[in-house]
Amino acid sequence: MFPNRTTVEDIENAAALAEVQGRSLWASARARFMRNKAAVVSLIVLILVAAFALFGGFFAQWERDFVDFSLMGRNAHLGVPSFETGHYFGTDNSGRDLFARTVQGTGISLMVGIVGAMVAVLVGTLYGATAGYFGGRVDGIMMRIVDVLMSIPFMFVLILMLVIFGRSILMLFIGIGLISWLDMARIARGQTLTIKNKEFVEVAVATGVHPLRIILRHIIPNLLGIVVVYATLLVPNMIIFESFISFLGLGVQEPNTSLGALISEGAGTMQYGTLWQLLFPLFFFVLTIFAFFFVGDGLRDALDPKDR
Amino acid sequence: MTFRSTLMATTAAVLTIAGGTAFADGHATHPVTGEVLAADQTFTYRDLDESPSIDPGMVEDAAGGDIVRDLFEGLLNQDADGNIVPGVASSYEVSDDLMTYTFTLRDAKWSNGDPVLASDFIYAWRRAASPELASPYSWYMELMAVENVSEVIAGDMPTDALGISAPDDKTVVVKITQPLPYFPQMLTHYTTFPVPEKVVEELGSEWTKPGNMVSNGAYVLTEHVPQEKLVRERNPMYWDNENTIIEKVVSLVINDEDTALTRYLAGELDRTEVPAGQFPALQAEYPEDVMSVPYACSYYYTINLSDTANPALLDVNVRQALSLAVDRDIIVHNVLAGGQKPAYTFTHWATAGFETPETPMVSMTQAERNAKAVELMEAAGYGSDNPLSLDLIYNSSSAHESVAVAISQMWKQTLGVETTLGNEEWQVFLETRGNQDYQVARAGWCADYNEASTFLDLMQSESGYNDAKYANAEYDALMAEAKTSDNPQAAYTAAEQLIAQDVPIIPIYHYAADKMLRHNVKGWPYNNFQQNWYARDLYIVAD
Amino acid sequence: MFSFVVRRLMVAVPTLLILVILSFVLMYAAPGGPFNSERPLPPEVLANIEAKYGLDQPFWKRITDYIWGVVAHFDFGPSFKFKDRSVNDIIAQGFPVTLTYGFWSFVLATVVGVTLGTAAAIKQNSWLDYLAVGFSVGAQVLPNFVMAPILLLVFTLWLGWLPGGGWNGGEWPYLIMPVIALSTSYMASIARIMRSSMLEVLNTNFIRTAQAKGIPMRRVILRHAMKPAILPLLSYLGPAFVGMITGSVVIDAFFSTGGIGTFFVNSAFSRDYSVMMGITILVGTLTILFNLVVDILYAWIDPKIRY
Repeated sequence: MFPNRTTVEDIENAAALAEVQGRSLWASARARFMRNKAAVVSLIVLILVAAFALFGGFFAQWERDFVDFSLMGRNAHLGVPSFETGHYFGTDNSGRDLFARTVQGTGISLMVGIVGAMVAVLVGTLYGATAGYFGGRVDGIMMRIVDVLMSIPFMFVLILMLVIFGRSILMLFIGIGLISWLDMARIARGQTLTIKNKEFVEVAVATGVHPLRIILRHIIPNLLGIVVVYATLLVPNMIIFESFISFLGLGVQEPNTSLGALISEGAGTMQYGTLWQLLFPLFFFVLTIFAFFFVGDGLRDALDPKDR
Repeated sequence: MTFRSTLMATTAAVLTIAGGTAFADGHATHPVTGEVLAADQTFTYRDLDESPSIDPGMVEDAAGGDIVRDLFEGLLNQDADGNIVPGVASSYEVSDDLMTYTFTLRDAKWSNGDPVLASDFIYAWRRAASPELASPYSWYMELMAVENVSEVIAGDMPTDALGISAPDDKTVVVKITQPLPYFPQMLTHYTTFPVPEKVVEELGSEWTKPGNMVSNGAYVLTEHVPQEKLVRERNPMYWDNENTIIEKVVSLVINDEDTALTRYLAGELDRTEVPAGQFPALQAEYPEDVMSVPYACSYYYTINLSDTANPALLDVNVRQALSLAVDRDIIVHNVLAGGQKPAYTFTHWATAGFETPETPMVSMTQAERNAKAVELMEAAGYGSDNPLSLDLIYNSSSAHESVAVAISQMWKQTLGVETTLGNEEWQVFLETRGNQDYQVARAGWCADYNEASTFLDLMQSESGYNDAKYANAEYDALMAEAKTSDNPQAAYTAAEQLIAQDVPIIPIYHYAADKMLRHNVKGWPYNNFQQNWYARDLYIVAD
Repeated sequence: MFSFVVRRLMVAVPTLLILVILSFVLMYAAPGGPFNSERPLPPEVLANIEAKYGLDQPFWKRITDYIWGVVAHFDFGPSFKFKDRSVNDIIAQGFPVTLTYGFWSFVLATVVGVTLGTAAAIKQNSWLDYLAVGFSVGAQVLPNFVMAPILLLVFTLWLGWLPGGGWNGGEWPYLIMPVIALSTSYMASIARIMRSSMLEVLNTNFIRTAQAKGIPMRRVILRHAMKPAILPLLSYLGPAFVGMITGSVVIDAFFSTGGIGTFFVNSAFSRDYSVMMGITILVGTLTILFNLVVDILYAWIDPKIRY
């Protein structure tokens, strides 16, 4: 890296600034984030969606599992959204209030996405960075384990887990998270391989810094860009994955529901004149995912050390 | 030329021209009804899933049965109303003790030209009962009470001890161990169909592939891509071939029923299932293309009465209340809306020879039933301050889910019952239910033959299919009596009354086969209770 | 490099063995067996069936018989559910189907994704950026079990242009909808990975140098930036492949294409052990091979990486 004017100035100022109360790295990251309009708007949207999920239930006029028998099956097309009946979003195919169901579904989907992604990131990044850093046999063994685990039909593992431990939402999170960390590990390892050959890592090794510190302080912050981007890709993927599981009939149990389950039901009744059953949950689904995307991008721009 | 020969020549000429004109148009007419037939006699329909097997000795599902009925033919067939008509057997006689049946075979051929011999039936039956083949349907032979069948299946006797023999090439003699009035009916079932001995011995399990398969039915297998499609085409060697009109039958495997409906509407299918709740709308829009006929299955909830039961459910008042609180009219008219009928008895109302007895619940209005249910629940000690909670499991399917959601809501709104719904995938569900690891579970039972005992035998204490573990000596006695009596209806009525009284199961509805079937497909056996259809009875008229 | 490849291949064999044993144990532990049916089979019949498939033998014998059959004869055994067919038949029929439409959908997703991602990176934060990203995310957001019925409604029912399903040996009219439905699941991921890595590459000094030297932007991108930018995408290939197999379940369910995806899921549900095992080994082998290829490509593209 050639010393350019900015770097030289920074080094000069760094010493001078040492005693002065400087801005922490996170503060400057936050400032950068705030400058990104799309990211800020999306963050607000996410907060609103979370609020909808948490408090929307108070506005619902109907209990979420209450079935109106006159609106089921053959009469589902009568369950049109309207303010008078209190079915703001209309009813689903079983005559239940779609507003209340969407509120609940959003909450569960958000939880699934966030918790699943967090598990994946935490476990996967550490694992992948360690493997990539140590290289050689350690890397070989760790990555072979990943390969083996990846090749196990995850559907089967999930069925097994759901059956042995019972079908609960917690089980779903754990199951999904445990399966997704594998991707993250591969990606983290791949990036680590590139990073560990950079000069500043060589310097750290040369000066005898403990490997764990190198991993935690040097490698992982440089991974953050890709990891954050992939993590925000993970959240919508978790939500979509959960919807796939619901499509197969293994997802959250009735009367609980998730956006994925609602969309799956809505897609099936599309051609029977009940489009609202698809559109409302899909709207929240799309909104959430777009918002996560812009936030993720904003985070990446804010956190990427190379921009400093 | 003589006058006679001139006349003959002229007649021949006229006939040729007339016939030629008909063919030149490409439009033949139906020999009996005279309707103009469509040029393309291909019938395409949808199957939900790929059948596990199309070997007659191994078939275990209804869709596989449909296929095998076109490819093979047994001793007897069913007509459009479900009555017995001759198949490969042109006639049969019964002995005075009703335990020996003698069948005389007609001159029929396999698709490779070999004659169909009595030995083919002997071979097929022995094979179906043999431990080596391990057919999942070998129990059907036990149901037929063929001599020595249980021992053969268990491997205690060799297969040639089975009670079927062939005194000559055209005669089959079957011995059964107890007189069964519905025995001829059972011979229309695919497990009894013949298989070509030489081909099976030579090719082993490869014999069911297209090109290898040799069949004696109206069609031969020409193409089979699993999970995609199966094609069968006219078998010119079939003994009744000139009466076959449909040239080609195609079955397409489409897992999702909404997708199947879309493809039907796009013109790719001639027959498909109607998604739950859509029947009235489709009927309004395509009145000529929908059908809803009674179909030989009953849908019910079974309650676990063994030691692993939910103790609250062991109180018969609680069970009565739960059964009363189910508004079957809503299930049938709102949820399913396909022409199904509410069930207050276990046996399907359309079963041959069965008169549905009037159980106490039938004549009440739903309001009365709900009131009685509340009363019974309170008598049992449950109410809004002490709500009953129970687990209800069903296998994954949107239709079962809709019904379960509706019923659990009915229980909640009327009785305050808290139901935990459990949606299990099929194999797990079967295991859970079979091991009595449940409280209340969804169940369905289809008739093996068109007579009430096929349903009522289930509730006997010894029955392996009695998931509720209902054990009532009086019930067992009634069913034993019914087997030998001249008029079993009296025993059946009493049995149904017992079921209504003890509530080991909650009958919900009796199935109807509701389908979309193009109006130009004619000859469909609407009155056949088991919906056994033969493609050779169908024909397509020109639009 | 050569020794590296050989070493990796040699490691692959015990890996596969572990995979087989692990899967076998998992399947064993799962409740439900392959022969449960609505009418529980009488015990004699069940005994016959279990004897036929060797299910009554001890665990060790079964697993060693199985491994020997696979290794010595490439025989994956008979299917428990499909009585007329062997696992080899099923895989031989279904896998080429899945591979075909999987390959084309990946090509489509990559071409579209790389293009959009690069365009978005070049004109960062412009309308082109938002549009490109928005379109690809929009396409991914629609789960394929929503996209598939929509495609069917539009192309088969309303327009009547395309057949509603089936495979017909892979003729192209039958390929179009499955490929579109499957590719959209990956388009956005590829576009975004491309975008972010291209952004990083474009900010490096050697690109700035190239630009300073006056090389036209197009050449900069294609000749200099593309190679390093593609790297993270390679890591994505492995998971994308496995995802393709599972995503193909939905495709097979809606378009009746008869691929491996539906057999995969159905064999888990019906406890068809041998089909499960066969597909597991197949997916496992391919994943390992795939990852090996990816690692080799990684080393070729970035000379600094050494194993």
